[in-house]
Amino acid sequence: MSKLAPLIVGAGPAGVRAAQTLLEHGLRPIVLDEAPQAGGQIYRQPPPGFYRSKQQLYGFEAGRAHAIHRSFATLAPHLDYRPQTLVWNAQPDVVDTMHTATLAADSIAWQDIIVATGATDRVLPFPGWTTPGVYTLGGAQVALKFQGCAIGRKVVLAGTGPLLYLVAYQYAKAGAEVVAVLDSSSLSDRMAALPAMLGQPALLLKGVYYLAWLKAHRIALHSHARLLRVEGGAQVNAVVWRRESMTTADLAIGPEQTIACDALGFGYALRSETQLADLLGCKFGFDATQRAHLPARDVAGRSSVPGVYLAGDGAGIMGADAAELAGERAALALLQDRGIAIDSARAALLERRLARIAAFRKGLERAFPFPQRWAALADDELIVCRCEQISAGELRQAVRANQAQEMNRLKALTRIGMGRCQGRMCGAAATEILAQACAVPLAQVGRLRGQAPIKPVPIGMHARQAAAAPTASVFQVALAAGEDE
Amino acid sequence: MKTAVQRPQFFRIAEQARLPLAFVLDGRPATALEGDTVLTAILLNVGQLRRNEFSGQPRAGFCMMGACQDCWVQTVSGEKLRACSSFIREGMHLLTDMGDAA
Repeated sequence: MSKLAPLIVGAGPAGVRAAQTLLEHGLRPIVLDEAPQAGGQIYRQPPPGFYRSKQQLYGFEAGRAHAIHRSFATLAPHLDYRPQTLVWNAQPDVVDTMHTATLAADSIAWQDIIVATGATDRVLPFPGWTTPGVYTLGGAQVALKFQGCAIGRKVVLAGTGPLLYLVAYQYAKAGAEVVAVLDSSSLSDRMAALPAMLGQPALLLKGVYYLAWLKAHRIALHSHARLLRVEGGAQVNAVVWRRESMTTADLAIGPEQTIACDALGFGYALRSETQLADLLGCKFGFDATQRAHLPARDVAGRSSVPGVYLAGDGAGIMGADAAELAGERAALALLQDRGIAIDSARAALLERRLARIAAFRKGLERAFPFPQRWAALADDELIVCRCEQISAGELRQAVRANQAQEMNRLKALTRIGMGRCQGRMCGAAATEILAQACAVPLAQVGRLRGQAPIKPVPIGMHARQAAAAPTASVFQVALAAGEDE
Repeated sequence: MKTAVQRPQFFRIAEQARLPLAFVLDGRPATALEGDTVLTAILLNVGQLRRNEFSGQPRAGFCMMGACQDCWVQTVSGEKLRACSSFIREGMHLLTDMGDAA
């Protein structure tokens, strides 16, 4: 059976290992990646001309980052590697792409595809979160890693999850002033999670190390911290918080506390980028641990659609180490399905390692529990959609007035998730608000359906032959995403 | 016309020994370093990139990884750039929409 080159979307840890595995078995995949250099977000490489060492950039992860970068540099000449290529639509037999610099459009036919689209921060808004100077934790990390900049001179980091302490450590180590770390979860959450995490002692120790380092450097660490607001109109002047549990109403509420600062990074763990899997027709199911609908996959990474494979954080948050394993396993599944012989012992080993990491991730969710009371505590005035300024009250009103009980109905009524970010920033929060307003379990309100273009593409991009160099006329058009469908 | 925001948002703490390049920000000369994104170049000078189309309020980016779409800025010739994933080039003339509206 003659087949097209396999497609890989994403050149993070999952995509790189998938490409390597396919190449080792004699296939030459097409690798599409939106970034100019491979590595994904976690192993993102600074632009040419930057000179910090991998140790400075990636810390404990330097070895893995180096291995990924070196592997990919060796593989790239043998691949059909297309960086700066945004996949903005996926259909049953082709994906539609745009080169992000030249705006050249293309359609690439596929028969099998590995989707490794990664993740972004899971955002739960608070009053003032759209103020300049407020960033996601991942964004704060990108500023440092990719640009050598801190998001401000006096930085507060807030939310919960392993990234909170990692970014705090990286900022302080690089010489930025971290004024405080405000964690919505607590040490007792961490203790309760210990048994589940002991299976991955190295990962556990890294977390303990960051915490101990921050304490030793006298950085203020607060737990059970609820973000109340950011003060300052056009820029951040202060963060106001108080001690209040976001998971139980039993804890006594502390007095308001104000911390002077000029920037805030926050986030509550990560959320998967599932739009392409959705457009490809993959079946989704609710994942109670991640509080999200995720594309279904078997242990090897096969989705419900023949020829579509899922790997890495884009299919469910498991972290970078798991992404490497899952990328390799998904590639082996693709090879198996093409009738190419693989090492089945290797496949079994990858599956066992992935199962161990999955157990650890369950522990992590307990160590940094989701702030379940967030929606109940959100005021009606709270802006949920930063693209179009839609408030929690408007969402609740749609429930009261129009009996909206499902996310896409809510979207049709309020435009939530219809702005330029296509629900990436507001989707998790809006789903929580809807479930709270309807007083039903989160699983029941569904999920925002993916819609092409999944990121804004200029209407003029289709003139492929004319798109050699960007011109003013090409750009002088509205951005397509966010317009009415 | 009052200038809404003057305090730079970003703070450079590493990788300072790169080649400088000149650009224009809201009509005024400014400098950046080769490899800076448009977002970095602007926020090392001022505290905003753009205004939100719905609220008119200033914005300075959010996710830095091409997901939130809250860092689109305009050049004087009308080009639209996603600032977090576009690199600054010599002679670029960028507009932050500071001062007017709101």
